[in-house]
Amino acid sequence: MSEMTPDAVRHLAGLARIALSDEEITKLAGELGAIVSAVETVQSVAGEDVPPTSHPIPLGNVFRNDIVGDTLTTDEALAGAPDHDGTRFRVTAILGDEQ
Amino acid sequence: MSDITALSASSLSDALAKGELSSVEITRAHLERIETTEGALGSFLARSTDALSHAEHSDARRASGDSRSPLEGIPVAIKDVLCTTDMVTTAGSRILEGWIPPYDATVVRKLREAGLVALGKTNMDEFAMGSSTEHSGYHVTKNPWDITRAPGGSGGGSAAAVAARQAPVAIGSDTGGSIRQPAAFTGTVGVKPTYGGVSRYGVIALASSLDQVGPVSRTVRDAALVHDVIGGHDPHDSTSIPTPWASMTEAADAGARSESLAGLRVGVVKQLVGEGIQSGVTQRFDEAIELMSRNGAEIVEIDAPHCEYAVAAYYLVLPAEASSNLAKFDSVRFGLRVTPEGSPTVEDVMSATREHGFGDEVKRRIILGTYALSAGYYDAYYGSAQKVRTLIQRDFAQAFEAVDILISPSAPTTAFRLGEKLDDPLAMWAGDLTTIPVNLAGIPGMSIPMGLAPEDGLPVGLQLMAPAYQDARLYQAGATLERLFAQRDGYLVSERTPEVV
Repeated sequence: MSEMTPDAVRHLAGLARIALSDEEITKLAGELGAIVSAVETVQSVAGEDVPPTSHPIPLGNVFRNDIVGDTLTTDEALAGAPDHDGTRFRVTAILGDEQ
Repeated sequence: MSDITALSASSLSDALAKGELSSVEITRAHLERIETTEGALGSFLARSTDALSHAEHSDARRASGDSRSPLEGIPVAIKDVLCTTDMVTTAGSRILEGWIPPYDATVVRKLREAGLVALGKTNMDEFAMGSSTEHSGYHVTKNPWDITRAPGGSGGGSAAAVAARQAPVAIGSDTGGSIRQPAAFTGTVGVKPTYGGVSRYGVIALASSLDQVGPVSRTVRDAALVHDVIGGHDPHDSTSIPTPWASMTEAADAGARSESLAGLRVGVVKQLVGEGIQSGVTQRFDEAIELMSRNGAEIVEIDAPHCEYAVAAYYLVLPAEASSNLAKFDSVRFGLRVTPEGSPTVEDVMSATREHGFGDEVKRRIILGTYALSAGYYDAYYGSAQKVRTLIQRDFAQAFEAVDILISPSAPTTAFRLGEKLDDPLAMWAGDLTTIPVNLAGIPGMSIPMGLAPEDGLPVGLQLMAPAYQDARLYQAGATLERLFAQRDGYLVSERTPEVV
């Protein structure tokens, strides 16, 4: 069974920007260890020569002419935002005190 | 007409064309049905407040000779993963509670342009992560066959609504079985089209290399009618296939009229039957094979060895893509914002918002996906899973050199009990083993009812699979099979759905 420590989960949660509680971290460490053990069987299946599939139907890049299409107005784009100043999304400080 | 809600979309369409019914009458009957059954079922997250007004417009168009499609005036329920400008869209998540999108999904636009009347948005597992609809951020949906059981997932709301006659047809989305498994659990028909066959513009993404939108109905023909409305190329979706499609309705009609199984080469995938399959499911599946054989199909056993690794590969590919797709829920542009006390940075706000807004299953999969994509592990996990995907595609390609369609049970079991697998993610995921290979390979799949399991009296689903682009083959064979099952049993499974209340 793969080892998944609470510290590893805490690190991943940081990368994923989810402020997990200590209780959640403990629970997830156990669950993810079991899950990773179950899914790591994929490592032994394919040899070096097998190419990866990222997309099931082969399609090339899709281009269009560089002209303005139907786009949202500023008001429409801001309508669902938690906070805005009428022209831009408003967020809290980007940098913390110690930065 | 005594019970409008018992009629198929196809029959309703005929009645509308003959002037025997109006869209207002049909829409009102379904709204009343929702009113009386919704308390017991919980299929919907939002209900349209202007369905009757849309129905009036439809009747007016018909009166002036401007009917837009065969489904003009027919009500439809829409999975909450599709953006609608007139109804709240949450994908079953609290992080999007109350959100009204600024645009319609292309599929929604096409439904409106074809004259269908949207009844509401159906419940689902949060961001379509789940196989029981118990992971909805709002409420649990019950299976109309037995309200102590799950309707399947993630599209349990659409399946329950159609099975319980709250809507004649619905829209679902299928990333690993979210249309087909609920169809199997509720005795309805569900189709996952070829990857890229239906636009995903305005569909809240789960796993972009797997997601596909498709129809939910009580008959094969109804699914085909909806498929013909929603399918086709969309310049807004760069993964949308530009080639023209055959009419699914014509394919279904051809199958209903003819003995389309005669000479059809039907493959049974060895790895998708046998171990872990409930006895009543195996029994009905064996009977279906027997029935197909008696009607001229040539049955061939197919070895697809890499399907054994499909669930493992899927649960790396999906979380990886989902962890990336769900990064957009960052408390800036839409949805929930939770601001911690003190002087939080934007990163603190994001982290607090995502902690509050996401449910357990979503957090579990985001963390797993973040792990699978992290430096040092990428090749071992995500990279290996993508290679397994190649091998599964090759297995299918080889199989389709020998046969025209493949079959398997749609799900290993009938509907399980609510709560039964909620605390065991691996057990819940294992139930997806029959549907997942289809998504990994990008091919189309259909689930139709093939009877009731003797041990519990619950519906059993038969899955049909075809090569990419050959969706019409599913409708033709599916319509013949539907007729043969009905002749054998004397009823369609969906006609036996309990009254609920």
